[in-house]
Amino acid sequence: MAADIRPKRPFRWHIAIFLAPAVLVYTAIMILPLAGTLQLSLFRNIDQHQVFVGLGNFRTLFGDPNWSVNFWNALRNNVWFFIIHMLVQNPIGVLLAALLSSPKLRFSAFYRTAIFVPTILSFVIVGFAWKLILSPLWGVAPHLLDFVGLKSLFTPWLGKEQYALTALSLVSVWQFIGIPMMLIYAALLSIPDEVIEAAECDGITGMSQFWKIKLPLILPSIGIISILTFVGNFNAFDLIYTAQGALAGPNYSTDILGTFLYRAFFGFQLQVGDPNMGATIATIMFLIILGGVCVYLFLIQTRLRRYQF
Amino acid sequence: MKTKLLTALLLGTSILGTAGVAYAEDVTLNIESWRGDDLSIWKDKLIPAFEAKNPGIKVVFAPSAPTEYDAALGAKLAAGSAGDLITCRPFDKSLELFKKGNLADLSSLPGMENFSPVAKSAWQTDDGKSSFCVPMASVIHGFIYNKDAFDKLGIKVPETRDEFFAALDKIKADGTYIPMAMGTKDLWEAATMGYQNIGPNYWKGEDGRAALIKGEQKLTDKDWVAPYEELAKWKPYLGDGFEAQTYPDSQNLFTLGRAAIYPAGSWEIGLFNTQAQFKMGAFPPPVEKAGDTCYISDHTDIGMGLNAASKHADAAKTFLSWVASADFATIYANALPGFFSLNSAPVKMADPLAQEFVSWRGKCKSTIRSTYQILSRGTPNLENETWVESANVINGTDTPEAAAKKLQTGLDSWYHPAK
Repeated sequence: MAADIRPKRPFRWHIAIFLAPAVLVYTAIMILPLAGTLQLSLFRNIDQHQVFVGLGNFRTLFGDPNWSVNFWNALRNNVWFFIIHMLVQNPIGVLLAALLSSPKLRFSAFYRTAIFVPTILSFVIVGFAWKLILSPLWGVAPHLLDFVGLKSLFTPWLGKEQYALTALSLVSVWQFIGIPMMLIYAALLSIPDEVIEAAECDGITGMSQFWKIKLPLILPSIGIISILTFVGNFNAFDLIYTAQGALAGPNYSTDILGTFLYRAFFGFQLQVGDPNMGATIATIMFLIILGGVCVYLFLIQTRLRRYQF
Repeated sequence: MKTKLLTALLLGTSILGTAGVAYAEDVTLNIESWRGDDLSIWKDKLIPAFEAKNPGIKVVFAPSAPTEYDAALGAKLAAGSAGDLITCRPFDKSLELFKKGNLADLSSLPGMENFSPVAKSAWQTDDGKSSFCVPMASVIHGFIYNKDAFDKLGIKVPETRDEFFAALDKIKADGTYIPMAMGTKDLWEAATMGYQNIGPNYWKGEDGRAALIKGEQKLTDKDWVAPYEELAKWKPYLGDGFEAQTYPDSQNLFTLGRAAIYPAGSWEIGLFNTQAQFKMGAFPPPVEKAGDTCYISDHTDIGMGLNAASKHADAAKTFLSWVASADFATIYANALPGFFSLNSAPVKMADPLAQEFVSWRGKCKSTIRSTYQILSRGTPNLENETWVESANVINGTDTPEAAAKKLQTGLDSWYHPAK
């Protein structure tokens, strides 16, 4: 640091002043609510008074079958939701980016835009549009399948316990495929031409060039995308809520942590909201995400650096 | 932000209202409501009718958005700026306001005698001693059918369950119509239009409901499982892909004339009258044998109470007594077909479908939805679980017995009626 070289310099107030707006705003809208949530989770409302119960709410969440069954179900569903994204969204994103960055492809700007557009659509529009597309009554899905003679494959996916979550995960993949595609595309473009030329001189072209040269170079980007996907998926709520409602039917088969939190915190229909239990679930979600991000930062990213220039 | 603005606006109007009193010697009453849809009915019909009879009292109907109503009302009551008259949600939400002292006790209000105990149950303390809102309207469950389809296929309106299923079989065999328009995607259709619609005939209306609350009956008893057994039999008569059919889908299927029978709530009448191009009729949930006593779900939905902090309590009580009168009932029920007055005095209605629905009150016994009073206060929430399990039973993913057992286990975990 420059300050270490010239130790006599007076304290530089302007740094603190310039940082202050960001620190204050961030504290006011992120740190304080977070601390408030953590605090709320340690209390319970008994006879209209907030009473400190320590980890009592967490014991209820994990120990009382009325809560724990729903919690584990939501967590399991959320993990599945994440797995689908990792297995489908990210590989396809990489593939699309690789295709787009090929110099031989024409209209690549058009494809890039078209694939990215769903990402900027509102969840409400996406949820509603897909509900209509997949509708057994007026949807285009049954007609399209009929067109190619595969009508027998159609079932009301969003209404079946065994398919609903996977179907919604794929809708979400459809919506967000643009993000890994754009990030990988940028990473691919930033690979220096010298590296590619050197590889060509060594006779590495085509597919093997992708696997041996480009893929290792974009691994850090893939890591970033994985962590973005992880955080996004464990915070997800909107799509399930718009497509399936707060009860995440059928039979809670699409219930993820976000919808579970919503029902607990705000209540639903005749169920009265319980902010303390809601905060407890929110705290667990925070810890899950924090844990996942830490694993990535300390175990994966440190290794990835070796591949970088 | 919006709520704040609204609060500010309403605060403004109430101040202006008070100012008005000082100048004109008139008392102005403000009504809090979530029924923005009814604004024109209040302004053009109800309020002029009241003001004509009660000179010196002015009434302002000031609704807020349904989703914001509870929060906005709570804030205004706390700030002391809420209107004099408060539209009451049924059961626990209003009960909470009463317990906090925000709603005045109306047990002795002239006009309350016009309502039956069932009608008042939604706005009473658990022991039934104090009433705090005047019941305004209820919705009745039953089945709406496509009269043209029934005539074409030569089907008589079913009275018993056997006739009901025979009719469904006949419609299915003919193939022109989907026998019944209902989906399980939104869950509540299965519970509200299914279980709560046909159930009262099995659990004998209020008798069963009261016994359940007292703990004398369980959801696993025969009377409570049987409606699930009937629901399970509905499955083959629903349209293709009913698992993903939403509530608006069901409405459209019926009003487009593609389905013959629609398990309904009377609130549909207004919409169906404008959309359906065919003649419609309605029948109450079929009973087991002809001549059995029939029971209907006549669910209390909306009431009106007095803000305990109101400065014009006497004028407000005059207004509430009028709300409890037959005059109000006639205007309200005709302006909003499908929302029936809870007044014991018979109300003349012009709409034939609404007339049909309300005529069942004469021959059947009324009850309210079994899960609404007291039983949905804990976790897991019985009403929400009933939605899920009713859909499961129709989808065939749970047997009626398993569904009932899950509901009872959930209820047992927090509800311990004093014996």
